[in-house]
Amino acid sequence: MTESEVQRPKKALAPVKWIRSNLFSSWYNTLLTVVIGYLVLTSIAPLMNWLFLEATFTGAEPSDCAGEGACWLFINQRLNFFIYGFYPDDLQWRVDAMFILLAVAFVPQFIEGFPARKWLGIFGLTGLPVIGFFMIPGGLFGLEPVESSKWGGLMLTLILAYIGIIASLPIGTLLALGRRSEMPVIRGLSVVFIEVWRAVPLITVLFMASVMLPLFLPEGMSFEKLARALIGITLWQSAYMAEVIRGGLQAIPRGQYEAASALGLGYWKKMGLVILPQALTMVIPGIVNTFISLFKDTTLVLIIGLFDILGTVQSTVTDPAWQNVAVEGYVFVAFCFWVFCFGISRYSQNLERKLDTGHKT
Amino acid sequence: MGNPMTEQTQAPEAQPSSPGPASGKPDIIRVEGMHKWYGDFHVLKNLNLNVQQGERIVICGPSGSGKSTFIRCINRLEEHQKGKIIVDDVELTDDVRQIDSVRKEVGMVFQHFNLFPHLTVLENCCLSPIWVRKTPRKEAEASAMEYLERVRIPEQADKYPGQLSGGQQQRVAIARALCMKPKIMLFDEPTSALDPEMIKEVLDVMIELAGSGMTMLCVTHEMGFAKTVADRVIFMDGGEIVEGAPPREFFTNPREARTQKFLEQILQH
Repeated sequence: MTESEVQRPKKALAPVKWIRSNLFSSWYNTLLTVVIGYLVLTSIAPLMNWLFLEATFTGAEPSDCAGEGACWLFINQRLNFFIYGFYPDDLQWRVDAMFILLAVAFVPQFIEGFPARKWLGIFGLTGLPVIGFFMIPGGLFGLEPVESSKWGGLMLTLILAYIGIIASLPIGTLLALGRRSEMPVIRGLSVVFIEVWRAVPLITVLFMASVMLPLFLPEGMSFEKLARALIGITLWQSAYMAEVIRGGLQAIPRGQYEAASALGLGYWKKMGLVILPQALTMVIPGIVNTFISLFKDTTLVLIIGLFDILGTVQSTVTDPAWQNVAVEGYVFVAFCFWVFCFGISRYSQNLERKLDTGHKT
Repeated sequence: MGNPMTEQTQAPEAQPSSPGPASGKPDIIRVEGMHKWYGDFHVLKNLNLNVQQGERIVICGPSGSGKSTFIRCINRLEEHQKGKIIVDDVELTDDVRQIDSVRKEVGMVFQHFNLFPHLTVLENCCLSPIWVRKTPRKEAEASAMEYLERVRIPEQADKYPGQLSGGQQQRVAIARALCMKPKIMLFDEPTSALDPEMIKEVLDVMIELAGSGMTMLCVTHEMGFAKTVADRVIFMDGGEIVEGAPPREFFTNPREARTQKFLEQILQH
């Protein structure tokens, strides 16, 4: 046999061999496999029954939910409330339009080679919130105003999370740069801001924003509860974001700063063109982690009387007309959160792959 | 210690720390009585050096002698605490605008290349011309391609630095610095991090550049390079300039004992 005929040994194991070596390699492994297999099989069947096979999906009134399975009819019937809160029915097209724009901006991000994908993404981060600012509250361009106390459900959750996310990233970046600044005043202020906000639970921030802030503001000056909650969430989130980004900044070798300086780039150009693109790419997992956790934390606004998706469901499951629909309600909420958080996570993995230029040596 | 066989022994009795042949060309770099401390540690002691336009200077010395720190002071990557550094008629002080205007005219090549890994080779080269010199993108790219051809690497323009070998990266780093059309080039041990077979390709580029009349200050251990291209070789030890002389004189007839000892150590192979 000549050298060129030497083949790399095959690595892949046949499935049977895999099963034998991983699941049945010894008597106790076999026992474990059997026991766990039994438990999984016996619990999947009832779960499927409850979720789909015996569940009620359509009908007209609560009494139609007679089967053993889940009463999805409940979700079906109250879906409008879960999505829009008290937003007037005839104006919901405005919210729908925003949902569609959101999908137009972000769904293509998952499709490789979609035309103008990058620009759609940029629109999602800049143009979309601006349009939303006019569309959802109304009051301008002949749109009928809708008070923020009527907003609710999934729409409110998305507004809180979306604004919290896109506002905290730039503020957090500035704070991280501030904390590494050579100017003592700027560094000091950044440290104080970060350490104060990060040390306070979000619930406290929301309480302060809704109850205490109005006490300190001068007579006659007030903002809406939602705006106050949003400001609180954003500032709180920015402090977290700042520390994640600072981690990235610290990981950039000193040579990068020096090379950028030696080329004559001033501070902002050096940071904006050389340091931040690398630092932010490096901490994408941390940034996304913070986003996901914020997305779920928005449910805390329930405490100050805002009806996000969890709030709308919570208030409905106690409706005497419906019996025992709490599980369905919470499963629905959990599912909605999972869809969005999983989406964010997948998107970040796409982004990481795309931005990897093979420089990790 | 003088070698009677050579004639250059009666070099002008200038201070050993301010060597500089007298001729008509203006000095583009003037370092006068410069000191630097890291905390209490006195790294650079009373450095004096005048560099003429187009002069090629090699700085050598044992490790820790302050030679890298010295050339990093010339574009203010390091701050000096005492004395004067005047580059192209601009004195380096705390004034950020003055620092930026000096950095525009001074290109630097680092030991570890320091290319920007998130940008392609071409983008690395165009970044500063576009953002600092405000060159239109098309023009900057065309000029970058010229420099990439000059360092013999145009075919790699669209790759990322991580995909290139060390020698290729260092040549890109030279092209990147040249794209700013600097008046002075500083080289901080440009071949020290390279595998032996890649040193030559980088030195060839530097020799070609030296032939074009660029003012060059080069910290290096490549004594062959110093012999071929340097107008003056400067030897530093313990934060001081011990002596400086044209290469022939420097290598054959060093004046100071410390220089002789250093040359014995590095030239014995």
